[in-house]
Amino acid sequence: MACSITIRDVRKTYGQFVALDSVSLDIAPGEFLTLLGPSGSGKTTLLMILAGLIRPEAGSITVDGDEILRKPPHLRNIGMVFQNYALFPHMSVGENVGYPLKLRKVGAAERYERAREALKLVQLDHLMDRRINQLSGGQRQRVALARAIVFEPQILLMDEPLSALDKKLREQMQIELKHLHDRLGMTTVYVTHDQREALTMSDRVAVMNHGHILQVAPPRQIYERPSDRFVADFVGESNFLPVEMRDGAAIFGGTALQLAEGQAAGSGNKALLVRPEKLDILSAAPAPEHNPIDGTVEELVYQGETMLIYVTLPGGETIALRRGTRQQALSEMPQVGEPIRLGLHRDDTVLIDEAAHA
Amino acid sequence: MHDMTACQRGHTLNRQELAADERREKRQILGLSLPAAAIILILLVIPVGWLFALSFVSNGEIGLANYARMVEYSAYLSIFSTTILVSLFVTLLCIVLGYPVAYLLGQLPPRLATIGLAFVIVPFWTSILVRTYAWLVILQRQGIVNDALIGIGLIDEPLRLAHNLTGTIIGMTHVMLPFLVLPLYATVRNIDGDLMRAANNMGASPARAFRDVFLPLSMPGLIAGSLLVFILCLGFYVTPQILGGGRVIMVSMKIQQNVQTYFDWGAGSALGVVLLLIVFAIFYLVHRLAGLDRIFAR
Repeated sequence: MACSITIRDVRKTYGQFVALDSVSLDIAPGEFLTLLGPSGSGKTTLLMILAGLIRPEAGSITVDGDEILRKPPHLRNIGMVFQNYALFPHMSVGENVGYPLKLRKVGAAERYERAREALKLVQLDHLMDRRINQLSGGQRQRVALARAIVFEPQILLMDEPLSALDKKLREQMQIELKHLHDRLGMTTVYVTHDQREALTMSDRVAVMNHGHILQVAPPRQIYERPSDRFVADFVGESNFLPVEMRDGAAIFGGTALQLAEGQAAGSGNKALLVRPEKLDILSAAPAPEHNPIDGTVEELVYQGETMLIYVTLPGGETIALRRGTRQQALSEMPQVGEPIRLGLHRDDTVLIDEAAHA
Repeated sequence: MHDMTACQRGHTLNRQELAADERREKRQILGLSLPAAAIILILLVIPVGWLFALSFVSNGEIGLANYARMVEYSAYLSIFSTTILVSLFVTLLCIVLGYPVAYLLGQLPPRLATIGLAFVIVPFWTSILVRTYAWLVILQRQGIVNDALIGIGLIDEPLRLAHNLTGTIIGMTHVMLPFLVLPLYATVRNIDGDLMRAANNMGASPARAFRDVFLPLSMPGLIAGSLLVFILCLGFYVTPQILGGGRVIMVSMKIQQNVQTYFDWGAGSALGVVLLLIVFAIFYLVHRLAGLDRIFAR
C-alpha cells in the first residue's frame, strides 16, 4: 500500500533567497525519512511542496511514477500533521478526525466508527466528544495525527509535530510515532530541527542546509560517518581538530593517525572529528587501538548525567569530553590543571573535509 | 525594605492580612470604573427612564394613549415595517459587499492590510452629513452617474437614483459598511491560515474549505457586525431624511416630526420605547440562536 516518492531538481526561491536549490531525493515505499536542518534550511518548504501547499519554480515529484506537482493539494491524498496541529476549533475531536472521511463521502455511521478506530490508535477514543480547546498539547498532537491517518493516505507528512511538547512527552511520542509507523507502514516524511528526534525515529535522515541536501543516510551513518563539516557539526556535539596531510597519512600531534575503515587520508584540507563521548582517558598502560591526544584539564562542568571536561591541547585548541557520573567514574575524575592523555579509538577516527560548505 | 524588616522579625503574613490586601486591590479596580458607571447612569439610564415615563403621558393625562395610537393607525405599522425592511436590506447588502473586503484584508500581509483598512476607516471619519450630500450630488437627476450614463448613450432619461428608496439604501449602505467590515476583519485576521491549508490537504476544495472552516469561524465577527449595522440602521435619521426625499419614512423621522412639529414628546417617546424593545428582542433572538456571550467575548 505504501508508495515511493521521487523528487528531482526541485527549486524554490523567494526573491533573492534560495529556499531550495535543485533538490533531488528518492524515498522508498514505507520508509520513514526525516528532513533535518536548522530553520531556513528549506526542509519545511520541501514538505509544503510535497503537500501541494507551496508551488515550486521547477522540478518534478512523482509518486509511484505519477507526477503530482500539477495536482491541487486536495486531490493528492497525502496526510499531514501541521506544526501547530491546525485542528478545527469549531468541531469536536470526533468531527475533526471524521472530516477527511466526510470529504470522501463516507456515511455518518462508518465515519464515526473509523474516526474512533483512528483515535484508538493514539489512545484517545474516549475523548471523541471533547472540544479542541479542552485538550492538552499532547492530546491535540495525537488528534492531529489521527486526523492525518484516518483516511489511510499512502504518504504521511509531519512538520515538527512534537516541537510544542515538553521534553518528556516529546520523547514518549517519538517512540509512539515510530511504533505507529511500523504498524501502518505508510511512507513518511518528517521534518525536524531536533537531531536526536531525527536519529531516534528515522530509517534515513536527510540533513539540509541553505536549500541543499548535504547527506542522506541511516541515523548511525549520519552520526558516525558524517560526510560533511556541517552535518558533523549540526548532528551531535563535535570538536574539530586540524590535521596535516603528509605522504598519504594524516598527522596529528606529530604522529600519523590510525583511521577507521574506509577513511582515506588523501589530500586537501581535512579536520579530525572528535565527539565528546567517544574520547577515553588513557591510563599508563599502552593502548595500541587508540590514537593518543595529550592536553591539560581546563575546566570541569557537572551536568547531572554526565560531567563535561574541557581539555586544552598544546596547539591551543580546546576540546570537550564527557564522562558518566557513576561513583567509580567520579572518583577517577581528573583535576583541573593536571596533564591528561586522551584516546580516540581507531574505529572512531573520522576525517571531515574542511573545504566543503566551510 | 519593608519585606526585610518583616523577615527579620520572623513574621509570616497570615491569611487575614493577605485577604485584606486582595480586598483593597479589588476596591481600587472598582474605583477606576466608577466615573464610567456614573456617566452611563447620568447620560443613559436617567434619560431613557425619563423617555419611558414620558411615553405614558398624552395631552397631560397618564395612560396608554400613545401606544394605542400606534396600533390604531396603519401608517405606524407601515413605518415600522419600512424601517425594518430597509435595515434588513442594508444589512444584507453590507454583508455581500463587506465580506469579500474583510476576507481580502485578512489575507493581505499586515502592512498592506493596514493600508486597505485605512481606505475603510477614512470615510468612516468623515461627517455623515457631508457623505450623504456627496451622494446626493452623485445620484441626482443631473448628477455624475446620470450624466455619465446618458453621455455614453446607455440611457436616454435620467434614472431616479436619489430622493427615493434606491438613494436611501445606497447612502445607508455606504455609511454602514465600515461597521460590518471592522468587526469582521478583526475576527477573520485571527483565523489561522493553516486551518484552511489543513482542510485543503485533507481533500477539501478551496470552496469547500471556505464553507466548512472559514465561514463558521468568521461567524462571530459576521454576526457582531451585522447586528451593529442592523441596529444602527433602525435608528438612522440623516441619510434616509436627505436621500429619501420624503418617500421613505423611517421611525426616527416620525419621532423627529412628533417632537419638532407637534411638540408631542409623549408620542415621540413611545416610538422610541418600541424601537428600543425591538432592539432588545433582536438581541434576545440572536442570543438564543448564536449565543451573544460567544460573539462578544472574543
